Amino acid sequence: MSDLPRNQHIIASGVIATIGLTVAYISFTQEPAAAFLFPRLISSVFAVLAIWTFLKAVLGRTKVGNGLSGEAMKNLAPGLIVMVIYVFWAAKGLGFYTATAIAFFILLSLYDPAPHGEIKSWGKRVLITAGFMVVIYGLFAQLLYVFTPREIFF
Amino acid sequence: MEFLFYMDEVFAPMNFGLLLLGTIGGLILGATPGLSPTMAVALLIPFTFKLEPQQGLILLGAAYTSTVAGGAVSAILLKIPGAPANIATTLDGHAMALKGEGAKALQLSFISSAIGGVFGVLLLIFLTPVLAQWALSFGPSHLFWLAILGVTVIGTLDSSSVVKGLLSGCIGLWLATIGFDDIMGAQRFIFHSSVSGGINVIPALIGLFAIPQVIAMFAKGRQSNDAEVIVVQKHAVSEAFREVIKRKKALTIGTLIGSIIGLIPGVGGQIAGLVAYDQSKKFSSESEKFGTGHSEGVIAAEAANNAMVGPSLVPLLTLSIPGSPTAAVLLGGLLIHGIFPGPDLFINYPKVAWTFIDSMLIGQILMCVFGLYVAGLAASVARVPQSVMAAVVLGLAVFGSYSVQNTMGDVYVMGALGLSMYFLERFGFSAAPLVLGLILGPIAEANFIQGSMIANATVGTGTYFFTGWLNWLLIVIVVASVGYSVWMEVRNRRYTSKEEILS
Repeated sequence: MSDLPRNQHIIASGVIATIGLTVAYISFTQEPAAAFLFPRLISSVFAVLAIWTFLKAVLGRTKVGNGLSGEAMKNLAPGLIVMVIYVFWAAKGLGFYTATAIAFFILLSLYDPAPHGEIKSWGKRVLITAGFMVVIYGLFAQLLYVFTPREIFF
Repeated sequence: MEFLFYMDEVFAPMNFGLLLLGTIGGLILGATPGLSPTMAVALLIPFTFKLEPQQGLILLGAAYTSTVAGGAVSAILLKIPGAPANIATTLDGHAMALKGEGAKALQLSFISSAIGGVFGVLLLIFLTPVLAQWALSFGPSHLFWLAILGVTVIGTLDSSSVVKGLLSGCIGLWLATIGFDDIMGAQRFIFHSSVSGGINVIPALIGLFAIPQVIAMFAKGRQSNDAEVIVVQKHAVSEAFREVIKRKKALTIGTLIGSIIGLIPGVGGQIAGLVAYDQSKKFSSESEKFGTGHSEGVIAAEAANNAMVGPSLVPLLTLSIPGSPTAAVLLGGLLIHGIFPGPDLFINYPKVAWTFIDSMLIGQILMCVFGLYVAGLAASVARVPQSVMAAVVLGLAVFGSYSVQNTMGDVYVMGALGLSMYFLERFGFSAAPLVLGLILGPIAEANFIQGSMIANATVGTGTYFFTGWLNWLLIVIVVASVGYSVWMEVRNRRYTSKEEILS
């Protein structure tokens, strides 16, 4: 195994082990004990398995999972940033329809293989975004009557 | 024969309309690479909120059946399996298409899918009430062990690493404990206001199954979809029927293997298709033709992956243990309507249960009829660029999660779980056991607490949970599934090491 996946495995399993140990610590220290009976049972197994996985990663004996290559990280980073902003801030901050339209158009522009220099391809992206927004509005606002947070522009 | 009594419900205008919608939509979604049946069904759940329980289930059941069959379209015409269940179909299906027999391959796949599927649903119809009757005698200790069995079987059989599969199950069980404790009302692990009411299953399912696929599409970068769709030439459907009858050995092997594999929790359609393909090749008098565009390969694989759909729902409907990730999503669809499957489902909600099962039976036939005509359209949809698909799925995931309770907390939960799951999958963890843990956690805990109370008042915890033949049977299955998976993992590792040394 190369150093990149090995380090990644150590970080990933380290995070899981930390969560496992925290869950176990909380389960065994919080009161009332009766409410934490089941969490104590599962957190014990959770912590043991998490430590086992972490030790295997440290010793470089992890067999499953290829981690993330540098190229994959480079490819997914812009989309991931847009997604995180959209899900955790923009949907509420700008309103669902405004944020969705913006995020959809940006993602399409980022990952559409059509050349960015062509006006025709930009027109296509605008049309696809508009079409999607019509469908999503029809489905959620008109058919399912889902009341979304107030939009910033309307 | 109670199922015949509710058959007319399926043909009620609204129900039949939803069945048609689910079937045609499922065929198109199934043909789209990257949209797995589980993800398609998870994204459809929010659309069932306004429907009657049986209507919602008809839509989800039709989508489940058709996405599995629709995956054959892209497998045959594009050499890209629409779902993992269609991997075996690509082996001979695409070769047939290259030889100019694309239409024949599609027809064979839909006809054998329908025959396998009908057999699977009949198995569901006749096995479910028997098992449900037996399951009525289950006590809290048995239900506790059953829930643990559900998590461990999926954790060990569905994952490439036993430890990571079980660890995923533990994470799911822990997530299920977040929120207020049912008995004492104590707060447990509430680290953010979004999870104060616990983790809602639907946004969690959408996040765990849809978001990792979206990020996986991002990871491919600006990739053009240059897969060439092979143009299909006309082929008489009657000839395809004759061919399926002529190849009855492959059809029987596929159907039987698919049905048996479907009954085993955690072993999915992918395994069913590949095992059926392999066995059909072994028993065929023309085994040398397999892989070169032989019709038996397509028939066996497709009959198997659809035959497993019905039996995979048996543990869900009788014991409330979902046998597959898609069954877990269907359980989510039941729970939002306040229906809890289990031994008394057929007593308390016979109309819902039987209409759903009957619709799956009719759905198989509709799937075959429409499959034969929608295949061309589905193949075109399969060429939708990944960039559009990723953005569409993300948008649907956000709106779908929000619509569950009209709260932003559910959107945050969906996003956080989805993001985490993508990275966990990169390191060998799997979503299926985590989802099973999340869904079965409350069942396991409620029965554990109830069992402990009974035990404290009677024979003691150890005796209550560890004696009796049924407790032991379940414990032995738990240990055996873990042991078998560990043995297989060690054996594969040894085998791989020997090959590495030799090479």
